[in-house]
Amino acid sequence: MSTETLPVPGLEAALPTTLFRFATAGSVDDGKSTLVGRLLHDSKAILADTLDAVARTSADRGFGGAGATGTKAIDLALLTDGLRAEREQGITIDVAYRYFATDRRSFILADCPGHVQYTKNTVTGASTADAVVVLIDARKGVLEQTRRHLSVLQLLRVAHVIVAVNKIDLVDFSESVFREIQADVQKVARELGIGSAELGTADHIDDLLVIPVSALDGDNVVDRSERTPWYDGPALLEVLETLPAADEIDTQLESFRFPVQLVIRPQGALAPDAVAAGLDVEAYRDYRAYAGQITEGSVKVGDKVSVLTPGQAARTTTVVGIDFAGESLEEAFAPQSVAIRLAEEFDVARGDTIAAAGTVRESSADLYAALCWLSPKPLREGAKVLVKHGTRTVQALVRSVSGKLDLATFKLEGASSLELNDIGHAQLRLAAPLPLENYLHHRRTGAFLVIDPQDGNTLAAGLVKDHPGDHEDERYSI
Amino acid sequence: MSTFLTEETTQVTEAAVSTRLSSLDALESEAIHIIREVVAEFEKPALLFSGGKDSVVMLHLATKAFWPGKVPFPVLHVDTGHNFPEVIDFRDRTVERLGLKLVVGSVQEFIDSGELAERADGTRNPLQTVPLLDAITRNKFDAVFGGGRRDEDKARAKERILSLRDEFGQWDPRNQRPELWNLYNGRHTVGQHVRAFPISNWTELDIWRYIERENIELPGLYYAHDREVFARDGMWRAVGEVSQPLPHEEVITKTVRYRTVGDMSCTGAVESDAATVSDVVIEVAASTITERGATRADDRISEAAMEDRKKDGYF
Repeated sequence: MSTETLPVPGLEAALPTTLFRFATAGSVDDGKSTLVGRLLHDSKAILADTLDAVARTSADRGFGGAGATGTKAIDLALLTDGLRAEREQGITIDVAYRYFATDRRSFILADCPGHVQYTKNTVTGASTADAVVVLIDARKGVLEQTRRHLSVLQLLRVAHVIVAVNKIDLVDFSESVFREIQADVQKVARELGIGSAELGTADHIDDLLVIPVSALDGDNVVDRSERTPWYDGPALLEVLETLPAADEIDTQLESFRFPVQLVIRPQGALAPDAVAAGLDVEAYRDYRAYAGQITEGSVKVGDKVSVLTPGQAARTTTVVGIDFAGESLEEAFAPQSVAIRLAEEFDVARGDTIAAAGTVRESSADLYAALCWLSPKPLREGAKVLVKHGTRTVQALVRSVSGKLDLATFKLEGASSLELNDIGHAQLRLAAPLPLENYLHHRRTGAFLVIDPQDGNTLAAGLVKDHPGDHEDERYSI
Repeated sequence: MSTFLTEETTQVTEAAVSTRLSSLDALESEAIHIIREVVAEFEKPALLFSGGKDSVVMLHLATKAFWPGKVPFPVLHVDTGHNFPEVIDFRDRTVERLGLKLVVGSVQEFIDSGELAERADGTRNPLQTVPLLDAITRNKFDAVFGGGRRDEDKARAKERILSLRDEFGQWDPRNQRPELWNLYNGRHTVGQHVRAFPISNWTELDIWRYIERENIELPGLYYAHDREVFARDGMWRAVGEVSQPLPHEEVITKTVRYRTVGDMSCTGAVESDAATVSDVVIEVAASTITERGATRADDRISEAAMEDRKKDGYF
């Protein structure tokens, strides 16, 4: 029985239909954790015992002062600061994930701290986010940190960026203060190419909405505030409830991509008794399907597809079945995990990609990329690293670093190495070719990790760029 | 430029909604992707299986991920010796039905051999870490699936989906690998292993809605039943061999159910009439108390109780 049709009055609020992932980014002390706490509190995602614990700790630390009541008396930031060191120091150290739901959506919130390793945290949170909320302190306006956050979000092509001008209560709900900050934000956004005229395409940030909020008091967070009569836009939660998720946009615009995770072949020579209990062994004697998660687009039974094996010419065949746990599907779409059966008995293995026929260019061993450097260990030319792309990991040589981005001016400056929090350009030579695609058009197959072969740590987030000389939109020169 | 949602983008939303996955389908798909990645990239994974609802959902997801093949890894249970008998029975029936191999790490054996000492408060949940690490080392498991969810606890909220553990099983929350896109980095050196949490992003309500939708069987004590209980630490504790009332604690029969199923010595029941899975979905949706706050004495010890246990190698 499907819970979606459960006829229980009043339960609709507990049965949201879609998932929306968003992240928050901000500078030190701009009230980000308080905003997150406010969203959770006002959407009633905080249960009574958690709130009691927070109230006790808040009182121990003298938060709110004598006579404070309700949410004024509790430090909402304590709801998200989960580690002992964070509570002791009153700071957020690591990305924290939080969950809440309204009657329209289930939300996954990545709360990204702003001060230590801000690029690492912002890149991490933004990589899976449908939207990012950037906080600005109304008393401070646009800071260098704000510009850095916005340029990272532009680089990662986050589908939606929302700017919350927080602590609006501390500037007496002043419209002129807000308008000035709004103008500054839009100026930065224009320089970056955020929010251009081409709305509705998946290739860049669609829209930039600036909202005056008070996280401490709740103005314009869940409900529109009467204290900002000059603001006629939506409250933050209304925006989050109505924006299209990245998958919704991608599914419309991009073509089928399916990195093969593993081959499901229960009667393989090495595993003669590997058919699930209760199934007829004979019926699955020749079963062979390719398991994976659709990263983009959709596929139907009967579709022509190309199998891309690095180093070989693409082979074209037809999809004869789409299976999911005993169910036969006629069609599947991103981000579904399925198993696909093909007409021809090709040798297909983990690391290969199945794609809509004729839509992928040849694999290449030359990788041009933007790298967000996330490790204290710097990148040097000549270094040997591992590149993890889709379901394949290959060795790579860093041939050159061609510059690093000044996040305050958005200009590329000369550099021969990259350090923690740097974003730069590099050219790598791969030990085996990969089906690389431009990140601007394919956010999954255009993304990769750089891994340290010694200790296995993740060194960088990589975004595939077109080869120099290929046509590239000048606005995306970073 | 500051205009919000032009006509164009609104149309995209409407067109797309018809093909969108429900949140449960999206969570299921994400979990299956992670389970398959771990199986493809690790030599010898195992699934922690206690018979509790989260581990039952994990096992169900694993059967779906590899259909029509069999789940390609064994299940591992750390038996505190204080488990509810009906849960152990459920565990054994499930393993038998799916034809899986069961590895058991026994807290009792470690206590009997003197390698672990019984705690003054009688709870054995924190004692599971040593047998767990021992089972991982002895069986050379390099990846261990757990049913941990980030909504359970503040420390879990900072956990990665693939979480690296050192030779001592320790978690270093301040030095975690960034997790980018859906690319999971599980590289590890000899002696290290990885804990994998494919249902990190599920909430308690998601778990129950999924159990209902997929018609998944659970141990009966998750549903309302009459039981002899006594009040301790603001919870209803079952009367059992290892959970005896003190002279001043009155034993009464109440209609209760369990929201979590752990060690009998520290898991409390809640008063409930929710006798079916749809009753439970409604109850959980309306609940004002977290599942761990309501029913786990071990998490009430301090604000950082879970963080401290995890740093030492707990699930």
